[in-house]
Amino acid sequence: MFDQIVPAILVSIVAFFSVYVITPFLIRALEKRNLTVKDYHRKDGAMIPRPGGPSILIGIIASEITLYAFFPTTAIITILITTSLAFVVGIIDDRKALGGWFKPLALAASAIPIIFLGAYDSNLAFPLFGSFKIPALYLALIIFIIPITGNTINSIDVLNGVASGFMTIASFALTISLFIMQNYEIAIASLPLGFVSLAFYKYHKFPSSIFPGDSGALTLGAMYGVIAILGHVEIVAAIALLPAVINSFLFLSSVKRVVEHRQIKNPTAITSDFKLMATSDKDAPITLLRLILAAGPMTEKQTVLVIFKLALFSASLAIITAFMMGIKI
Amino acid sequence: MKNYTIFSFIFIMWILIIIGGGLLVVFTSMISIEGYVTVGPLELYYTSIAKAVIAIILVIIWIYVLTKIKNWMFHKKIKN
Repeated sequence: MFDQIVPAILVSIVAFFSVYVITPFLIRALEKRNLTVKDYHRKDGAMIPRPGGPSILIGIIASEITLYAFFPTTAIITILITTSLAFVVGIIDDRKALGGWFKPLALAASAIPIIFLGAYDSNLAFPLFGSFKIPALYLALIIFIIPITGNTINSIDVLNGVASGFMTIASFALTISLFIMQNYEIAIASLPLGFVSLAFYKYHKFPSSIFPGDSGALTLGAMYGVIAILGHVEIVAAIALLPAVINSFLFLSSVKRVVEHRQIKNPTAITSDFKLMATSDKDAPITLLRLILAAGPMTEKQTVLVIFKLALFSASLAIITAFMMGIKI
Repeated sequence: MKNYTIFSFIFIMWILIIIGGGLLVVFTSMISIEGYVTVGPLELYYTSIAKAVIAIILVIIWIYVLTKIKNWMFHKKIKN
């Protein structure tokens, strides 16, 4: 294990500092090209550069290539290809808003390299009861996992800092779980996800200097999904993501169809003192944010804090689940 | 903060995942379609289909139970 400590530290440093250094340049480049969007929750209605996906992808590629120099494995190649394909899907959607079905289908296609490179094990492991093996069904599951994780992170990207902060918490929980389950190789390969998210959070937190956009959110979500598959921690990964899963579940069960977020009514409204409140519009979808705000109006910072508390709670449950994986009844 | 309901819902989902996973492993491990002269690809194929059907049924039941719990827990909040 000691021969893995140096690469682990090195990839973490490369992941964190590449995003930390590149993002300010990206902000300036986006501002120069007038690629900005209005932050409707801000008092002054500031224009925020978008997308931050390119700096996230550069951080992931730089750190995974560094890791590949130490451990040339198919797993790292799979992470690089699938994550890059998800980025391409996101950047297309950033430039030209496409239909509700485009993203899930395109993300499903970006999962195909996982199958072709054979970088998976068709056992689905559950805590306490052991594993479940249906090879054909698992192939279908691979195709579903990437669109689900990608869109789940994308759908929670509604407030300053939520997507990157949430991903930091969930991915570090996943890394800890992989270490607990002694899958060191994938645990180290997952470190860049946490450090890239953490570095991006520095610029994305309230008040945001940049938004990740679809390219950023889908890149983070797809990489999370690939790591879950490669590390055989699909269930642990799903548990760490529960608040975002609940958000998608509430949204889909109230809208009852796959639809692009831009096409639906806003589930929140702004008070005169610029606090967020749940909308009274009966046609607006139910989301996690709307449920949180049902307790009363809150500032954006307070609301983000509640989401992070929920993320920390599910991250703890994910780590407990990782311990339970070693127990059989 | 009155968000205890959301924390409780996450906890219930976690319990449901563990129980649901357990049921999936227990039910599918019991299935093995036999009766052919030799154990060949056809038997494995039928067994795999039967397991997949059971898994999908269990997932549908899981989502149905979760929807009922969600409606029960968030009824007041959603109504407001």
